[in-house]
Amino acid sequence: MSILINKNTRVITQGMTGKVGQFHTFHCKSYANGANCFVAGVNPKKAGEDFEGIPVYASVLDAKKATGATVSVIYVPPSGAAAAIDEAVEADLDLVICITEGIPVHDMVKTRYKMQGKKTILIGPNCPGLITPDEIKIGIMPGHIHKKGRIGVVSRSGTLTYEAVGQLSALGMGQSSCVGIGGDPINGLKHIDVLRLFNDDPETDAVVMVGEIGGSDEEECARWIKDNMKKPVVGFIAGVTAPPGKRMGHAGAIISGGQGGANEKLAVMEESGIHITRNPAEMGRVMQKVLKM
Amino acid sequence: MKIHEYQGKQILREFGVPTPRGVACFSVDEAVAAAQELGGKVWVVKAQIHAGGRGKGGGVKVAKSLDDVKLYASQILCMHLITHQTGPEGQVVRRLLIEEGAQIAKELYVGMVVDRVSQRVALLASSEGGMEIEEVAKHHPEKIHTVRIDPVAGLDATEASRVARAIGVPNAANAEAVQILQGLYRAFVEKDAMLAEINPLVITADNRAIALDAKFNFDSNALYRRPEIVAMRDLDEEDPAEIEASKFDLAYIQLDGNIGCLVNGAGLAMATMDIIKLYGGSPANFLDVGGGANKEKVTEAFKLMLKNPNLKAILVNIFGGIMKCDVIAEGVVAAAREVSLKVPLVVRLEGTNVELGKKILGESGLPIISGNDMADAAQKVVAAAGGQK
Repeated sequence: MSILINKNTRVITQGMTGKVGQFHTFHCKSYANGANCFVAGVNPKKAGEDFEGIPVYASVLDAKKATGATVSVIYVPPSGAAAAIDEAVEADLDLVICITEGIPVHDMVKTRYKMQGKKTILIGPNCPGLITPDEIKIGIMPGHIHKKGRIGVVSRSGTLTYEAVGQLSALGMGQSSCVGIGGDPINGLKHIDVLRLFNDDPETDAVVMVGEIGGSDEEECARWIKDNMKKPVVGFIAGVTAPPGKRMGHAGAIISGGQGGANEKLAVMEESGIHITRNPAEMGRVMQKVLKM
Repeated sequence: MKIHEYQGKQILREFGVPTPRGVACFSVDEAVAAAQELGGKVWVVKAQIHAGGRGKGGGVKVAKSLDDVKLYASQILCMHLITHQTGPEGQVVRRLLIEEGAQIAKELYVGMVVDRVSQRVALLASSEGGMEIEEVAKHHPEKIHTVRIDPVAGLDATEASRVARAIGVPNAANAEAVQILQGLYRAFVEKDAMLAEINPLVITADNRAIALDAKFNFDSNALYRRPEIVAMRDLDEEDPAEIEASKFDLAYIQLDGNIGCLVNGAGLAMATMDIIKLYGGSPANFLDVGGGANKEKVTEAFKLMLKNPNLKAILVNIFGGIMKCDVIAEGVVAAAREVSLKVPLVVRLEGTNVELGKKILGESGLPIISGNDMADAAQKVVAAAGGQK
C-alpha cells in the first residue's frame, strides 16, 4: 500500500500539450506503470488530438467520463492555474496535484474558498508532485533516485525532497510514498494532513518531514505528532541562517500565533518527540539510527 | 514589490480612504512650491524611502514656516537615512512628500495580510498606532483585533464598525473608519497586495479619521496583471545585485559572509547556507538558479557572486532532477573560464546524469574541488575559504 496514489491510479493531465506538460508527461508515462496510469489530457482547443498516444479532451469532466480517471495533475501557466484547479474540483475528482509555480496568492484564496465542502484534495501549488516508487510518479521529480520501501517523505521544497530521498535510497531505505506539498503560503495538504495519512498506512514504518521557515504548519504538525503519531519521525527545517524574514512573513506569523523561524520550529519539533537534525546531510543517517532503536 | 508612501496614499484615495493632502517632490524648490500650493501654517516634510522607521532616523520633520520647509527639505533630500530596516549604510533619500499638517488626537493601527492558517485575507487592527505591530504582538497581543474576511462577501460594514469601536475610534468618526477599513480591503484585493498597512490611522482633534501613512507590498506573481503597480516601481530602492539577478530569473540575496552558494531550488539553497554555517563558515549569498538553468544562467550567477568583494570561495550544490548534471557541469566549466575564476570552487553534483557531469568537471583541467555529498562539500568549501571563523 501507499498513500494517495498507487499503480491503479488513473490520471488526467491539465496543461499536457504545453512544453512543460509534454516533457513531464513523457517522463511520468515512462516511469513504472505510467503507461497505464496517464490516460487523458485536457485542452479545449485540441480535443480529439493526442500526445504520445494519450487522448486530449475538451474538459476535465469529459476526460473523467471517458476514462474514469479520479486524479489530475496541473502544468497550466500561473495565470490560468487556479481556474484549472477550480475545474478539477467542479468535476469532483478525488485528488488534484498542482505543479505550477507563481500563482497569484489572491487567486488561491478564492480557489481554496470554493473548495470548501467539496471532496477534492489539493496538493500544491508550486510543488514537485508525489510518487509511490515502482508504481507511479505524478510530477517533476527524478524517478530514478527513488526506491520502493517503507519510509514516508513529506516536504515543502522540491530539491530538498530529492536530497532526503537520495540519502534514504543510498543507505538502503526505500520509500512508501514521497509527497511535495509545495512552498506557497496558500496551498492544499499541509504537513499534518500527510502525516495523518502515513500514520494510517500499514506499509509506512517511519517518516522524514522536511520543513522550512515561514508560517506555523510545522509547529502545528509537531503538536499533532506528539499526541497521535505511532511511528518515528525524523525532521529537518531549512533556513536557520536565513536573514530575518521580510516583514510580511512576520505579520503573517502574528496571526498564526508563532514566529515562523527555523529555531522556533525545531524547538517545538524536538519537544514533540521528533528526531530532529540541524544538518541537512544527516537526514538519512538519523533515520537509520532511529530504525535501529 | 514595495512602493513609496505617497504612491500608497494615491491608491488609498482611489478607494475612498481619506489622506492628508500632499505632493511628491524631487527637489528643495519643488518642496517649497508644494508647501505654498498646499497653503496652511504647518507642513510635514517626509523622506520617501521603502524602509520603515523613517521618523526615528530623522527623515520626518514638522515645518511651521516656508523657511522651515526649505531647511528640512534640504536636510532630508540626499541624506543617507539610516533606520532599523535599511542596514548600517542607510538609504539615500531621493524623493520627498510634502503634506499638510494634521491635529492628531489618537494614533491607531490597521493592516491587511494573507493569513496562511485560515487561507483568507485577515484584517489586523490595534489601538496602539505609530509603533510596529510586531512589537504590539510581542508585548500586548490582547490589543490586536483580527478579522478573517470571507472572500465572497468582503469586509462587512457591521464587522468593520465593531473593530473600529474595539480599537478606540470615537463614535463620531466611526462611519469614516468603516469607509477606511472597507477601502483598504478592496485596495488590498483589487491590487493584489500581500501586505497593506495604515500606521498610524489617526483620529484628528475634530473627529476625522485619516490615513497618515500607507505601506504596501505587492504579490510579484500578480504583477503581470497590474501594470499600474509596476509603473510605481522605484529601482533606486532595490538592491542592484538583486535587480541584476531578476533579469536572468535568478533568486539572489546578498549576505555578509564569504562563501558564495549556487544551488537549484530554494529549500536546498537555504539548507546549503545552513550546512556551511554548521561547519563554521559563513554564506555570502542565497542564490537559487531555479529548475531550468543553462550555461548562460550559471555564468551570470558566477558573475553576480564575484561582484561581492568579500567572496573567498564558491560552493555549487546541485541535485539534478529536471536539470541534468552534465548541463550544469558544462555551465560551471564555461563560467569558470569566462570569468577567469580566482577563488576556490567546490562542486557537489547529484541526480540525473551525475556521472557524466563529474566527468566533464574532471576533464576540464580546472582546479575544481569535488564534494562527494553535501557534508563533504560544505567542509571542503569552509576549509577553502580560510577555515572556521
